[in-house]
Amino acid sequence: MSVCIAIGGISIRVECTDVRFLHELRLHYAGYLAPGDGADSLVLLVEPSSPPLQSPDADLEVRLAGGIWVIKRGDFHAEWEPGCGRGVARLVPNRYSLDSILRIIHSLELARTGQGLLLHAASAVRDGRAFLFCGPSGAGKTTMSRLAPAGVRLLTDEISYLRRAPNGTGFDAWGTPFAGELARPGENIVAPLSSLYFLRQAGENRIDPLAAPEALRLVLKNTLFFAHDSALVPRVLELAHSLCGSVEVAQLSFAPDVRVWNLIR
Amino acid sequence: MMNVYPKRAPNAAFRVLGGEAIVMNPLDSSLFSLNETAAAIWRAADGCRSLAQIVDSEVCGQFDVDPETALREATEFAEALAVHDILILLPEAETEVLPWRP
Repeated sequence: MSVCIAIGGISIRVECTDVRFLHELRLHYAGYLAPGDGADSLVLLVEPSSPPLQSPDADLEVRLAGGIWVIKRGDFHAEWEPGCGRGVARLVPNRYSLDSILRIIHSLELARTGQGLLLHAASAVRDGRAFLFCGPSGAGKTTMSRLAPAGVRLLTDEISYLRRAPNGTGFDAWGTPFAGELARPGENIVAPLSSLYFLRQAGENRIDPLAAPEALRLVLKNTLFFAHDSALVPRVLELAHSLCGSVEVAQLSFAPDVRVWNLIR
Repeated sequence: MMNVYPKRAPNAAFRVLGGEAIVMNPLDSSLFSLNETAAAIWRAADGCRSLAQIVDSEVCGQFDVDPETALREATEFAEALAVHDILILLPEAETEVLPWRP
């Protein structure tokens, strides 16, 4: 039994014998289920495990061992073989653990193929163009999402998914099911990225350009990339550099009121 | 310290933008932002020139700073990057210049 979850144009078929867990996944990823049997998908075999494998608070560890990514945290232990797109995960069956594993697999695959990045950012589509609102916890990602006026379609309030556009110009922003405080998945749509804003809470609403080195530093600082790997690091740097060169990157100072969206056009 | 020959770690990932540099440690993905002076030293760290030579030609010759201060600060900078393995401090000059591959 399986469920095929497609995010950012990459589908991963999750195979598991736990029927209740698969049902939970179908509900949670309802907007992201791939049609068909996912024959072309990457495959993740989930082996349910009861009590946590080690302390639930254990730090995340992502390392390459013999060509296989070992992804460990207190609540899961996964191995991912990048070449053939298959992996196995032992975890206490809950969607939060699986969510974390999926984020990491996507971040590794995007870096490996040089296709894109996951960023700590909310994102939304307005008039056919995507805008990112980037920052760590507490920066205002969910606030910006809640303040979005009618007609704005939310892609995520937590983790933004960027891929190089197929025509080679710039990046596309994809919706993700990775939710923050908003506690609901983004819309499963894609739009060309127009601007990337780093959030700063202030008493006024204003956009200030960022110098190129600062823009690159902030993009890298907010990139989800956990692997310690000398082959992938240059690719992530190249992706971030390419991203900064292809869209507006600026600081968005904002007071928490709806007028901030007057600047987002 | 004056006679060490700094060399960029060959696997360090970096970009130079507007005179400044962003360096990523490939071992742990940690980030380093280098100001213009530090970036000038980074650019010149090819393993063939001593730190004192680099400071003399790339720092004192380009920036308004006294030589003694420049060398002291360059030494601190080099030692700090060396701790993170993104700059190698060689006891002798290498014969082959490290290629510049940003």
